[in-house]
Amino acid sequence: MATIDPAFASAHPGASRTSVPGLLHGWVVSVDHKRLGLMYIASGLLFFVVAGLEATVIRIQLAIAENHFVSPQVFNQMMTLHGTTMVFFVGMPILLGFANYLVPLMIGTRDMAYPRLNAFSFWLSLFGGLLLYSSFLAAEGLFGGGAAPDVGWFAYAPLTELTFSRGNATDYWNLAILVSGVGSIGTAINLVATTLCLRCPGMTLGKMPLFVWINFVVACLILVTISPLTAAQIMLLLDRFLGAHFFDTQAGGSALLWQHFFWIFGHPEVYVLMLPGFAFVSEIVPVFSRKVIFGYPIMVAATVAIGFISLSVWAHHMFAVGMAPAANTFFAVSTMIISVPTGIKIFNWLATMWGGKIRFTTPMLFCIAFLFQFLCAGLTGIMLACAPFDWQLTDSYFVVAHFHYVLVGGLLFTIFGAIYYWFPKATGRMLDETLGRWHFWLLVIGFNMTFLPQHFAGFAGMPRRIYTYGPGRGFEIWNQVSSAGVIFQAAAVACFLVNVIHSLRRGARAGSDPWDAWTLEWSTSSPPPAYNFEELPAVRSRRPLWDLKHPDDPDWRFE
Amino acid sequence: MSGDAVIPHLVLSTASHLLLAPVAHAANDVATSSVFSPVSAPADSVVRVATLVLIVTAGIFAVVASLLVYSVVRFRRRADDDGSEPPQVYGSDRIELAWTVIPIITVFVLCLVTARTVYDVQAAPRPADALEVTVVGHQWWWEIRYPGFATANEMHVPVSEGPAARPTFLALESADVAHSFWVPRLAGKTDLIPNRHNRMWIAPREPGLYLGQCAEFCGTQHAHMLLRVVVEPAAEYARWVAAQQAPAADDPDASAGRRVFETTACINCHTVRGTVATGRFGPDLTHLMSRATLAAGAAEMSRISLRAWIDDPDHVKPGALMPAMQLDDAATDQLVGYLMTLR
Repeated sequence: MATIDPAFASAHPGASRTSVPGLLHGWVVSVDHKRLGLMYIASGLLFFVVAGLEATVIRIQLAIAENHFVSPQVFNQMMTLHGTTMVFFVGMPILLGFANYLVPLMIGTRDMAYPRLNAFSFWLSLFGGLLLYSSFLAAEGLFGGGAAPDVGWFAYAPLTELTFSRGNATDYWNLAILVSGVGSIGTAINLVATTLCLRCPGMTLGKMPLFVWINFVVACLILVTISPLTAAQIMLLLDRFLGAHFFDTQAGGSALLWQHFFWIFGHPEVYVLMLPGFAFVSEIVPVFSRKVIFGYPIMVAATVAIGFISLSVWAHHMFAVGMAPAANTFFAVSTMIISVPTGIKIFNWLATMWGGKIRFTTPMLFCIAFLFQFLCAGLTGIMLACAPFDWQLTDSYFVVAHFHYVLVGGLLFTIFGAIYYWFPKATGRMLDETLGRWHFWLLVIGFNMTFLPQHFAGFAGMPRRIYTYGPGRGFEIWNQVSSAGVIFQAAAVACFLVNVIHSLRRGARAGSDPWDAWTLEWSTSSPPPAYNFEELPAVRSRRPLWDLKHPDDPDWRFE
Repeated sequence: MSGDAVIPHLVLSTASHLLLAPVAHAANDVATSSVFSPVSAPADSVVRVATLVLIVTAGIFAVVASLLVYSVVRFRRRADDDGSEPPQVYGSDRIELAWTVIPIITVFVLCLVTARTVYDVQAAPRPADALEVTVVGHQWWWEIRYPGFATANEMHVPVSEGPAARPTFLALESADVAHSFWVPRLAGKTDLIPNRHNRMWIAPREPGLYLGQCAEFCGTQHAHMLLRVVVEPAAEYARWVAAQQAPAADDPDASAGRRVFETTACINCHTVRGTVATGRFGPDLTHLMSRATLAAGAAEMSRISLRAWIDDPDHVKPGALMPAMQLDDAATDQLVGYLMTLR
């Protein structure tokens, strides 16, 4: 351990501390994939709390009919910032953070392929987020108080044009996403290069852990999908600053053009966010079921299939824009087809649990809840894929419920599961299981209370993105229950934060392999040294640590 | 339309009532806008296909969720576990093939039903005598144009039932940003997009008042862009049309108010047929008092709310684009008096 960079050692609990500036400096100049991964995750969690507070404002405003808690302007800002922040500054950084931290460890290498690009990408992402929020201070320039973007996270044209969005708040949204998008592309390039070029001896593509496979597909998707958004954003900048008319309908521009650009980014983006959730589950479920993942090749195939098909479904967000019946049918069919590989994954996780000896640790609890909730999300997804049903459901609260079942009930639960699972590796200490259970159950109750009723609000005819609604239309009860659920969710997040702070100082020592797991990251110390492995490992199967632990019954005999 | 042949209608509608009782209970309640209380052909088709989808997905949920519950309970680690690892199963081609093929078949069926409904609704032929109405979305109100006159926020259409059924075809346009026309009991949504001519149709079979509102985020007052559709028997509808076609009332008692109206900026944005007011930015006021609400549903139509609205629109509907006219109290009273005569 003596050869470790002292700044690195000091940043980790249990190691000696140096001065605060020294410690900060060590992190800021770091190009180590583990530190960048942790910074990605920490910045994501910070923005998670901010965006959660924004959601709380939304739910308070909607708790009763004709509420005057906030003005429509503030509500629209909260709605825009909540969506934008959760997608670009919570989801993306946390998932890229996990990929950054874990991919080099899982493939047995010392760092990402391009460490400096890695650091550059992280800081772009963080400063993108800060740029978005600086609109509160600066969006109106010298003329008065701040403002925030209020055009929705999807920023439909021509609402974003100068005629309808005065001031600079929309430009802050535009530039913030553009900057962080460039960062995401950088990290995606890095992940692709790392996965293809730096695997340890013996690790063929077919022997990579599923986590690595899935993140590889995600990185490829990012490369394909962020670019159209970036292009559209540059077009919007040209419209707003140089008098171009791409989306300026008053000068003959096209409002639909933006929608196509946005959703050809936006729908694969859903899979960019969701696939890493699958990656966590594919690592956690086998370990706590004590069984090898069921059907590894078909899991890889399903992932790649989802990646490809997700590029051809974007216009299912646009069933109501008046496309021809043939186009509506095409996108309905392609969207339904994507449920096949997704279903295969659910069945394979189920088969992995089948016949196992399931240990109900906190990470596993989150994964089990994920399976139920993501099942619901998938089934409401089929309803939305049915274009005629979607004509009623799109832009209603049903859609809000659906994608929160995907991104909260699905993704957020797996993120929490992943944090409980890999926290010992990153810090050397376990998170507290009792607090973890409180966190889990409060979140299960709060999440379902908040989002299950929104399905029914949608059926009752309540549109999305309205800052208030009239009494007597059957919306009240669903909104009241929904808002009450926030209390439980907030308590759950509080348990989590207390757990992290408590466990960083006093958590039980983890050792290098607390879960008796099988992938390479558990073969090095916790936290791993800057160089990851003293000697680069060589592997013969997908579960190198299983082979070590069971020399009489190694995996490579069966794969 | 004619989806009944594929899907036994009776079974499905019974199932949909059972499944969706909580949301569809208020079928005869004016205020409901549940998508499961359809009173018009396109909304009926949606409920038919939706019910099938709901049954299929409920079946999938029941099967997969019970398997999940079973495996979580059955395969939990027992207290007397000996610490050995369970048998490692790497996969099974036959099982994996099964749960690839069965979903493909299910999806295939759903795709066929979906495609059929899409074409039923979108490719429905337009009868020669269909009523044509143009709806133009504005921030934040609905302009509704009939041949020869225009109104706002409250659309009247005839019942379309029986041998002389007369569906209403809507041409959808936007004057500014994207909006979406959504009256859940009549039909699904269709967006109103600037520079684009969209169409949809409705064929309501029961007279009544059906509520809807804009369903595409369109700026500050997206929430107050409400829409009322009054479906009435053909004779009543004809009377309404005749009344709307008439020029504005000219009550001599309100001449002072009319003078205020005609000499302020009101006329830049509003039309009152038969006067100098020919503006097009705001709602047509020729028969303002025939409408039940003000400012696209932001307030009930009454002398008090009309006065409050004219005095300070931003207070009634924050962000509304109508400016406060800064009239003194007397002029405001006269103006309100005049508007109250526009029956």
